[in-house]
Amino acid sequence: MIEFEDVTKRYPDGTVAVDNLSLRIPSGQITVFVGPSGCGKTTSLRMINRTIERTGGRISIDGEDINSKDAVTLRRGIGYVIQHAGLFPHKTVVDNVATVPKLLGWDKRKTRATAMELLERVGLDLKLAERYPAQLSGGQQQRVGVARALAADPAVMLMDEPFSAVDPIVRNQLQEELLRLQRDIGKTIVFVTHDIDEAIKLGDNVAVLRTGGKLAQFAPPAELLANPADDFVRGFVGQDRGYRALTFVHPDDLPLKPLPSDLILDDGGAPVGWRIDTADEIQPLGSVFTRGDSLRAALDAVLTSPSGLGVCVDADSRAVGVVDQAIVAEALRP
Amino acid sequence: MSWINDNLGLIWEQLREHIYLSIVPVILGLLISVPLGYVAVRFNWLANPLIAFGGVLYSLPSIALFIVIPAILGTQVLSTVNIIIALTIYTVSLLIRNVIDGLRSVPADVRQSAVAVGYSPLHRLIAVDLPIAVPVIFAGLRVVTVANISMVSIGAVIGIGGLGELFTLGFQKDFLTPVVVGVVLSLLLALAADVVLVTSQRLLTPWARITATPVEVA
Repeated sequence: MIEFEDVTKRYPDGTVAVDNLSLRIPSGQITVFVGPSGCGKTTSLRMINRTIERTGGRISIDGEDINSKDAVTLRRGIGYVIQHAGLFPHKTVVDNVATVPKLLGWDKRKTRATAMELLERVGLDLKLAERYPAQLSGGQQQRVGVARALAADPAVMLMDEPFSAVDPIVRNQLQEELLRLQRDIGKTIVFVTHDIDEAIKLGDNVAVLRTGGKLAQFAPPAELLANPADDFVRGFVGQDRGYRALTFVHPDDLPLKPLPSDLILDDGGAPVGWRIDTADEIQPLGSVFTRGDSLRAALDAVLTSPSGLGVCVDADSRAVGVVDQAIVAEALRP
Repeated sequence: MSWINDNLGLIWEQLREHIYLSIVPVILGLLISVPLGYVAVRFNWLANPLIAFGGVLYSLPSIALFIVIPAILGTQVLSTVNIIIALTIYTVSLLIRNVIDGLRSVPADVRQSAVAVGYSPLHRLIAVDLPIAVPVIFAGLRVVTVANISMVSIGAVIGIGGLGELFTLGFQKDFLTPVVVGVVLSLLLALAADVVLVTSQRLLTPWARITATPVEVA
């Protein structure tokens, strides 16, 4: 657990970047700091590894004050990922990943093996290991950045808007991979973003900060969407928070209708498209969802299907039933 | 040609002196410029005055410097130390700008992540900042080395000038061959030094020649 107790950052000119922030960041989860620019989210993050020194209050990791050891030692035990990855341009990909183990004086063979294993883990082709960062795309660089942060197996990883400089498709990929990775590694991750969607998607907990470095609300995303603490949070969370909240509703008992005859299945029972009104051409399927998916996925399946019926599939992609708008609406009723 | 054959020993002697007098100041100048440049980048207000001061130093006439240094330092007038100190001053005055520019060429996000992964300040300078600054520093080294090789000859005026002494010899005897030999060897030396520098830069910075062409793999 990372604990902020009345933490303040006041610059010599009197500007207060972070104002009396108190917060408990649970271990093994992703905690997101989100807010408009100037809300002190990056400052708060960087005070954890002391790349910015606070001017008041106390920060501790697992009960130990971060000032109890020197800053360099502290930082080697905390992974750090930034916006443009910040890779060392003069080092190959594998050497970049090996940075912290090298600083810690690990044995060479172990260092290299660890670096290669991590590259694989973040989904990078090992052919890229001996290349230089300039030869990689933005998304690839960011993967290397994550691998570098994880190399010495730190308990804590700080991520400062790591995905905001890549295009939306790659960003989405990287977010999914981070979630998948986190399921394996269970690090204490503190993630900074200005994008509320990203915060809701990634965060187990979300801290909404307002300009001037004050904590507006600290809650799990579903709670944030359902009960915004005040007008600022309500405004920041956005107009379509009701729709977003569907992401967090996972009905296991959504009643399914039997498969209609105009749904075309392949030999294995997987849906391929619709033939509506005995027309010759097959219309595309639209999105599908599985049992236990969020209501957002179910509603999306309904909305994208040409028949108005969303197809539910099982783990083997076989169609098991359909839902219509009425069923989704019924599940939404409190 | 017969003069050359008869004086191979002398020519070789002067060439060696020339190499010594021009290269040692480059090395000393580099050793002084790097910490000076580091301090200047760290305390930003120092950088511009330092670069300006370097410009002023460089504008000092070399003959004046060769003569003034013994008076100030109490060295022998005919000591090679005078030439080495003078050329080191020139080297630093030129190189300081490149060291500062080079260290400043380290991208902010690279510096930030170097701090965050846990490099100590000195270790960061050696392992991150300087390697990245190499192309810019080497651009300065090339200029300074060639300038030094040409400037050593002026030392001949006070009797220590490497190949420059072949010029004085030629003028005194009204005889062209030593002058031609001196000029040709100076040029070759400058060329050779440049080749060495370019080659070592290439070896030091394999990453710098790579253009930003993302590889199309996954």
